[in-house]
Amino acid sequence: MKFSENWLRTWANPALSSAELGHQLTMAGLEVEEATPAAPAFNNVVVAEVLEVVKHPNADRLNVCQVNVGEAAPITIVCGASNVAVGVKVPCARIGAVLPGDFKIKQAKVRNVESFGMLCSAKELGLAEESQGLWLLPADAPVGTTIRDYLDLDDTLYTLKLTPNRSDCLGIAGLAREVAAITGCAVEAVSIAPVSATIADTLPVSVQSADCGLYCGRVVRGVNAAAATPDWMVRRLERCGIRSISAVVDITNYVLLELGQPMHAFDLAQLSGGISVRPAAAGEKLELLNGQTVELNPDYLLIADDARALALAGIMGGAGSGVEITTTDVFLEAAWFEPDAIAGKARSFGLNTDSSFRFERGVDFAATRAAMERATQLLLEICGGQPGPVTEVRGALPQRAPIRLRTSRVLRVLGIALSAEAIAAILHRLQFAFERNGDDFHVTAPSYRFDLSIEADLIEELARIHGYDAIPALLPQGRMAMLPEGEARRPLRRLRQLLVSRDYQETVSYAFLEAEVERELCGNAAPVELQNPIASQFSVMRSSLLGGLVGALRVNLSRRQPRVRLFEVGACFSAADGSYRQTERLAALCYGSAQPEQWGAPARNVDFYDAKGDLEALFAPRHLSFVAATHPASHPGRSAQVLLDGQPIGWIGEVHPQWQQRYDLPHAAVWFEVEVSALLAGAAPCAADVSRFQPVRRDLAVVVDETTQVDTLLEAMAACRAEHVSELALFDVYRGKGLEEGKKSLAFRVLLQDTQKTLTESEIDQNMTKLIAALHECGAQLR
Amino acid sequence: MQELQTILDDALAIFAATNDANALEQAKARYLGKEGSLTALLKGLGKLSAEERPAAGARINVVKQQIEAALNARRDAIQQQALQLKLAAESLDVTLPGRGLAAGGLHPVTRTLERIETLFHTIGFDVADGPEIETDFYNFTALNIPENHPARAMHDTFYIDDKHVLRTHTSPIQVRYMQAHMEKFGADATMPDIRIIAPGRVYRVDSDATHSPMFHQVEGLWIGEQVSFANLKGVVQDFLQRYFERDDLTVRFRPSFFPFTEPSAEMDMSWGDGWLEIGGCGMVHPNVLKHVNIDSEKYIGFAFGLGVERLAMLRYGVNDLRQFYEGDLRFLKQFN
Repeated sequence: MKFSENWLRTWANPALSSAELGHQLTMAGLEVEEATPAAPAFNNVVVAEVLEVVKHPNADRLNVCQVNVGEAAPITIVCGASNVAVGVKVPCARIGAVLPGDFKIKQAKVRNVESFGMLCSAKELGLAEESQGLWLLPADAPVGTTIRDYLDLDDTLYTLKLTPNRSDCLGIAGLAREVAAITGCAVEAVSIAPVSATIADTLPVSVQSADCGLYCGRVVRGVNAAAATPDWMVRRLERCGIRSISAVVDITNYVLLELGQPMHAFDLAQLSGGISVRPAAAGEKLELLNGQTVELNPDYLLIADDARALALAGIMGGAGSGVEITTTDVFLEAAWFEPDAIAGKARSFGLNTDSSFRFERGVDFAATRAAMERATQLLLEICGGQPGPVTEVRGALPQRAPIRLRTSRVLRVLGIALSAEAIAAILHRLQFAFERNGDDFHVTAPSYRFDLSIEADLIEELARIHGYDAIPALLPQGRMAMLPEGEARRPLRRLRQLLVSRDYQETVSYAFLEAEVERELCGNAAPVELQNPIASQFSVMRSSLLGGLVGALRVNLSRRQPRVRLFEVGACFSAADGSYRQTERLAALCYGSAQPEQWGAPARNVDFYDAKGDLEALFAPRHLSFVAATHPASHPGRSAQVLLDGQPIGWIGEVHPQWQQRYDLPHAAVWFEVEVSALLAGAAPCAADVSRFQPVRRDLAVVVDETTQVDTLLEAMAACRAEHVSELALFDVYRGKGLEEGKKSLAFRVLLQDTQKTLTESEIDQNMTKLIAALHECGAQLR
Repeated sequence: MQELQTILDDALAIFAATNDANALEQAKARYLGKEGSLTALLKGLGKLSAEERPAAGARINVVKQQIEAALNARRDAIQQQALQLKLAAESLDVTLPGRGLAAGGLHPVTRTLERIETLFHTIGFDVADGPEIETDFYNFTALNIPENHPARAMHDTFYIDDKHVLRTHTSPIQVRYMQAHMEKFGADATMPDIRIIAPGRVYRVDSDATHSPMFHQVEGLWIGEQVSFANLKGVVQDFLQRYFERDDLTVRFRPSFFPFTEPSAEMDMSWGDGWLEIGGCGMVHPNVLKHVNIDSEKYIGFAFGLGVERLAMLRYGVNDLRQFYEGDLRFLKQFN
């Protein structure tokens, strides 16, 4: 809501400076988003009349003018503007004036002619971006009056960021009422007297919808629609953000701004038969004033005549029935529509009109008739004409049921003790009707408030007028009970820290990305799509964090980072029979050298096993298993599904060379992604006896085919029922000299131990034999 | 006896001149070895008379002990010297950088969220979460925002389908948590207080230097029998003072409108000479409580929502919101 402070002050003029008033509005919930002066600061500029224009003796482009500034004698001014002429009225900056940009006007000699001021353009006064020559003022501008007074420039233009519940403040009258409640000043309402009919003409009005609670219509004949809108009205409209169009339209807009009641003026000559307010027929079309043609259904309400639809009720008039310059007979409309019937309707056509904005929030139905009278009054003043009587059709208007308000509840909700007297005083100030019974009130909300239906709503009003600032900040008192702290659950915080200490940097990416990335990296042809993405590269929801990590990698490569290690924790999305699965995942990506480039370690690029080590550390002490399996993002021979207790919980792999090329990655990147729920599950520790006896270590080196997987051997050994084996681990892999092509040597460390005694040689040998046999079974040859 | 003195002087001089362990052992042999001069003297004792022998023997032994002592001392010294040399040769350039991995770091938003969680945990707030693709019901209807309500237009919602949106705020978590709480305690005469914060990602169709289509909010909710608007102000102010580590920080409430709170307020925080908007709050609307079957006569609650990025930006001096989501290491590493 934009408004002019000066206009408001004609209705309610509290003894507050402009800044103080703005602050009080903000603190009462009518947030001042912007307050700008109507004109920049300047002074000493008056309305002047040019009496004589003579060519400058020493300059072709200059004129020497005699100018009447309202004093006994004219003054001489040298002027370079091409539109200077005898008889024009223009702004004149007197000697001593300071114009915008700290431009001081002094007496000066211009090519040997003394000049005593400056004739100004609108631009020079800071009132226009560009100007062509002098600002020509209306012929009736009073000479000698300061421009600031003449154009009412000492005004402030306010923009309020009104919350949707305060439709009552979408007009000067409502704002004045609010200012009075906040500041305690008086309201000086404009007087609106019913205009008596001088002709008997009416149009029949038929309301065929319960959503139109009130319809007022009036015929005015003999109107001069071409009349000029008075300057004061144009100015007020403009300062409230509405451009002047024509007198009749301006009048309806003026009443909209003044009283908050949207109005419409039809050209009577374009109407046939009576007016009806009815639901649109399915498929019915209407061309709106803005040229847009809309297709309707019975959810939309129409204003129609006997022949056609005329206007989209509460939203916008239609083409071909509105007032034109040539119009002589007018049909004025002021109606009230149910907010729910208008809500969302304009938006469904991409519209947001001053009318729909007000109707969907609620218009004061008690002021609808007054608005009709006010508009008629202005119309007769400005355009003349003979008014007919008002046709008023009343339907069901909102009922305002009394709301109970308890003093005790006010204390409980706000935490401050407002006495019943204080409450009554605030209700008076708000002009809310109420009945009081001791500490109990029954309050009836006024017709202009659509946001008061329960006790809490009234408590907010009390708090607002009492002042939110006057409510102290008090620490609460509660029952002291500890929060549960499950030890089995491994906090995400700790897991994040673990990755941080392994040199990973956390990143956060958008959860939406390009469909192509999902298809390429996740093989996801049916991602969850956004209906209204902000841009095409953010059109689908991610099913994996990998896309975001690759994106962040590319950002860093473009910024010449040679080594990038990132991780992210976040939700991933997939569709599943009309609902959506949302899985929290943790993913990491490493690229570049395994360690930062340094003197003490050979440089090598990060590989699958580096990432695998990090992933295993994340889950330790629990044991993950890895099954070779292909993933769209990964090199088919360097990709594995990750399992925990036999359940798949994620993937690890080296980015497929194809994508490496496609995404301009000079080296291969390694990534993994696992489900956070699997990471979080753990167990509280449970201690077992620690053996007092030394373990015996035996190493086993075997030769196997290159294709044999280590896990096969480890699992076979684990399954062979060898006893006392406390540790079984691979510690070396060898290929090359001494081995056949296609073979590799694997060395295992076996620790044997008993908790009760030292193992004998024969016990050790017996068990080792079992392990060796198991290895043989897998085709491994002892080396 | 002159001979003994000569041997002693001789030995001491030779030992002192010897710098090598082997040479020292060889020198030792000249006196104490089988063929050593002192050994010869000891052997010669047998030729002496029984009366002379003890005194002569004692004299020789004194010298022998002196020689042995000198020998040991010299041995130690040589050993020490060798050790010193070895250690000197082994010394490192301690200013060379250490080996191995560097350390990474947390994202500033995570850092901020952890800090917020820690602070609220100290007064008994648990952490709750919920889905990011949210149903229309939880995101709007259950929060007293009916369809076509103008408040929906304020939300600039991302739509997935007719019934699902990307949550525009963390408030739906409130509703889900209250439902779960009621399932557990709904039958009890008095339910325990609900005290949660719900941090999370939220989405709005908006993008510029001060708006990101994805950002983070943290929702706070306290429902109990003794919770007031003044307490809401108290908790928020307490939090902001602890978060920014400034006791002089104050909070200002301005009336506002949210369909799910009544009374509602915008929260401003004193900052420099002015005020900064940091979120919205209010007393939980009775209709919201009604939706989850909480008796709004008996229980009162407050809720607040804070912008996490805003807090992080103010705390760490970040000027452009978009930097949080670019993944640029040069930006991110500043928070390690």
